[in-house]
Amino acid sequence: MFAFITRRIIQAVVVMLIISFIGFTIKHHVGDPVRELVGVSVKASEREALREKLGLNDPFFVQYKNFLKNAVRGDFGISYFFKKPAAQVILEKAPATLELVFASSILIIILSIPLGTYCAIKPKSILSRLIMGMSIVGVSIPVFLTAIMLIFLFSVNLHILPSYGRGETVAVFGGLWDTGFLTIDGLKHLILPVIALSSIMLPLFIRLIRAEMMEVMQTEYIKFAFAKGLSKKRIWFVHAFKNTLLPVITVGGVQLGIMIAYTILTETVFQWQGMGFMFLEAVERSDTSLLVAYLMFVGVLFVGVNTVVDIIYGLINPKVRISGTK
Amino acid sequence: MDKWKKFKESYFLYSFLRDPVAIVSFIIFLFLVIVSFSAPLIAPHDPYDTSTISIMDSEIPPVWYGEGDDNFILGTDSQGRDMLSTMMYGMRVSIIIGIGAVALQAFLGVVIGLLSGYIGGRVDAFFMRLADIQLSFSTLMVAIFISAIFQTAFGVGKYSEYAVPILVLIIGIAEWPQYARTVRASVLGEKEKEYVEAAKVIGFGSRWIMFRHILPNTLSPVFVISTIQVANAVMSEAALSFLGLGMPVTKPSLGSLINLGFEYIFSGSWWITIFPGILLIILVLVVNLLGDWLRDVLNPKLYKG
Repeated sequence: MFAFITRRIIQAVVVMLIISFIGFTIKHHVGDPVRELVGVSVKASEREALREKLGLNDPFFVQYKNFLKNAVRGDFGISYFFKKPAAQVILEKAPATLELVFASSILIIILSIPLGTYCAIKPKSILSRLIMGMSIVGVSIPVFLTAIMLIFLFSVNLHILPSYGRGETVAVFGGLWDTGFLTIDGLKHLILPVIALSSIMLPLFIRLIRAEMMEVMQTEYIKFAFAKGLSKKRIWFVHAFKNTLLPVITVGGVQLGIMIAYTILTETVFQWQGMGFMFLEAVERSDTSLLVAYLMFVGVLFVGVNTVVDIIYGLINPKVRISGTK
Repeated sequence: MDKWKKFKESYFLYSFLRDPVAIVSFIIFLFLVIVSFSAPLIAPHDPYDTSTISIMDSEIPPVWYGEGDDNFILGTDSQGRDMLSTMMYGMRVSIIIGIGAVALQAFLGVVIGLLSGYIGGRVDAFFMRLADIQLSFSTLMVAIFISAIFQTAFGVGKYSEYAVPILVLIIGIAEWPQYARTVRASVLGEKEKEYVEAAKVIGFGSRWIMFRHILPNTLSPVFVISTIQVANAVMSEAALSFLGLGMPVTKPSLGSLINLGFEYIFSGSWWITIFPGILLIILVLVVNLLGDWLRDVLNPKLYKG
């Protein structure tokens, strides 16, 4: 087990090194930080002095080493546009995105578990067919279109829900975190983005839960439980459901990470002031520092989530760690 | 004629004719493809020809509204282009990129999958780790990152000039792991079989065995995922274009049309966004439905994936 965990962690570190290398290469080759910092109206000699001071004349690998050293300390350089440390900009924007992801996850969990189990228990009923049919329609609608249609329906036509921004927020944890959960206005602004973001993942989860549950229902021990005369409800919700959860949690953990990618689309439509929106603005402004910082941040997030999920899976399911050893 | 007869009696056609959903999806898909590819011939206007476009015609509502114009059945966009024609041209761009990207990812995935399945060892470990890592980031994220990097590196002007090949490249690179994994899994099953052994005994080289003997036997799952991958590629392209990282406004795909019209939704010009949106949904939906049907026919075992 110790070997398994060590191997996973080493792998995670290697992946992070690769990502950091890609990030650094972008930073190194794209744009001129001196021009971005001081503009065009500065003398060539002063520019050269600044280049020297910033270490931009050092060899590639020396610069990479410095970049890594700073990155580990959480210093990703200064965002050219915001004139603030990139890490600070990201941390300011992070709460908005995380709240969106959190609220969507809750909605997905609340809806997908009952719907998925229902489809597995009664696969032939009209309602399950309807749910499965809806789920393929749901998968076929891109998340930004769902968002646009929601805005069109609820904001433009019915005027009942706001179409952009986060609304009124309250600072908590000593001003570190702006939350929209505590005000009515904030919650109202949350509704449409959360529905839009959930719409892409919900069908996947319903299908996943249904498939896993149907597989479990075919196993011997479930047949035995029926033969023993246990009540159907007990078999469904206690015996079968427990064994459905394990794969759902592991796959689900990874899928929730993937939701970060969809936040870029959702936030763009709703002008949600989170990391995804910031990332796109950074691309438009060629703010490479911020772009690279976001790349690294998302990298850490994904690699972290995946490594933890892998380790948990290895703890629960011995087959995984043994096949990994060879 | 012989092949045609064989096809007519095949299980493939039989199950197709028994499935109304598949038939309807196929007809709609065929219709959309024909309409979009014959756009230069049948479209009422040419949206690429700036001399025929007048800004005075901008934001005309569809014809069933009072202010509508008979010239523009579905209305015009913010630049005065006919919506119907622009959508036909736009769908052509979307389909070309979708199919091109799938061809590229299939090529990359099949070659890598064959190599790592057949050779195994280090090669296998390297490519499969790479695939794992890429998939854990989600293909959309990878595509967004690559296109963001490309756009910052090339500059917006050059990027939009070569947008079609660049997008094919981006989506191809972002989604090859799906193919590589599928092909590798079938190769692992095939390479232990006797016919491969026989081919080795005859003295064929590895390359010949891989591409002439094993590859044909791994193609059915490749076809299954190809259909769904086309839908995914069209969606990825639309997402990138919507974010402003894809097709430029002058040569819009469905995604960039949606993006273009989105601002106008608040001023009441809903048709610029909603029409291409509906078209995109229909396109992706019928391809997905066809993919579902194909999966059930060709490979019932793959059902869970």
